[in-house]
Amino acid sequence: MQHTRNQDTLVGLFVAAGIAGLFFLAMHVSNLSSFSDEDSYIVTAKFENSGGLKVKSPVSAAGVKIGKVTSITFDPKTYKSVVELSINSKYNTLPDDTTASVFTAGLLGEQYVNLEPGGSDTYLKKGGEIEITQSAIILEKAIGQFLFKSAAEEKK
Amino acid sequence: MMDFIEGLGSSTRTSFNKLGRATFFLGQTVSGIMSVLLRPGLLLKQLYSVGVMSFLIITISGLFVGMVLGLQGYYTLSDFGAEETLGVMVAASLVRELGPVVSALLFAGRAGSALTAEIGLMKATEQLSGMEMMAIDPVKRIITPRFLAGLISMPLLAGLFSAVGIIGGQIVGSGLLGVDEGAYWSQMQASIDFYDDIVNGVIKSIVFGFVASWIALFEGYDAIPTSEGVSRATTRTVVNSAFSILGLDFILTALMFGDH
Repeated sequence: MQHTRNQDTLVGLFVAAGIAGLFFLAMHVSNLSSFSDEDSYIVTAKFENSGGLKVKSPVSAAGVKIGKVTSITFDPKTYKSVVELSINSKYNTLPDDTTASVFTAGLLGEQYVNLEPGGSDTYLKKGGEIEITQSAIILEKAIGQFLFKSAAEEKK
Repeated sequence: MMDFIEGLGSSTRTSFNKLGRATFFLGQTVSGIMSVLLRPGLLLKQLYSVGVMSFLIITISGLFVGMVLGLQGYYTLSDFGAEETLGVMVAASLVRELGPVVSALLFAGRAGSALTAEIGLMKATEQLSGMEMMAIDPVKRIITPRFLAGLISMPLLAGLFSAVGIIGGQIVGSGLLGVDEGAYWSQMQASIDFYDDIVNGVIKSIVFGFVASWIALFEGYDAIPTSEGVSRATTRTVVNSAFSILGLDFILTALMFGDH
């Protein structure tokens, strides 16, 4: 039965290699290892304009990724964009006067939520709301304002 | 004109007939799964000839596809000063598309054609009817183990293809062209999602494995039992598998990645 035993070994090696490949994809290539949803808490922030922010966009503080955006909805009463942020439970000491702003990574990079901690002694709780927000900079709007301003200056 | 219409009608009839036979055949094959699982030796032997024998061609092709992606991607991305996103490009294209599709095409060429030829020859030399004479169901004994082996091997092979390709892209990207290795991996990890990208890629490869094995086995089982018939069936296997894989890939991609 030497032949079958050899075959068994080779099949075993093949299956092990295949599973190792899939495992490598899961742990090393995707973001599975960095965050799981269980150990995180959700806070909301209302923005005048959330720009090109998307679900799964990163949430970072001081340049370190600490969570992600889980949903973006439009509030028909206040006409604001309601963004739910899921933040890793490790970082549960954010003050409740934290500022949330929508920034762009680089000139053409993706947009993300930046949290700037304030000086309050009480911390943001699960389901809490970040009250101080800063909207995304809309490039078209900024260029429009700039052109308008320079045109007005020329008239003088 | 009448001839044309008549020809159209008869070809419709034969193709529906073939589809019906193929579906019936699939039902018979699937119904034998339980009895094959009780005799894992049969399955193991087929895993060897279908999976292990395709291992080398899949890993070597994966390595080269990844290296070419790294090279071509680098030239295009460096025009925009975005070499750092090379990892994202290589990983996304491999995990979502090239891994499942190219490995399925190679699988159809390497393993599928061999299956068709093997079963066609068994039919031509009347081994299948011989089994029936001995009251052994040839579908359960011969077809089902091969079908299951294809179904199991395909996602493993596709995963290997993608993994080896991503490493190949890294070898070329950061080894040869000077992309920062940390950026290659970290940008990749930030953009590739486990459920959206990797699980969907694995689902694709399971579907392709199902279709490629089904086509290969049915063409062999349905072959005209002459040497010419077997050679034609083998050709049909490769052509039909390639069409089905590429067509299904479009549909699956539209379903999986269509909403964003």
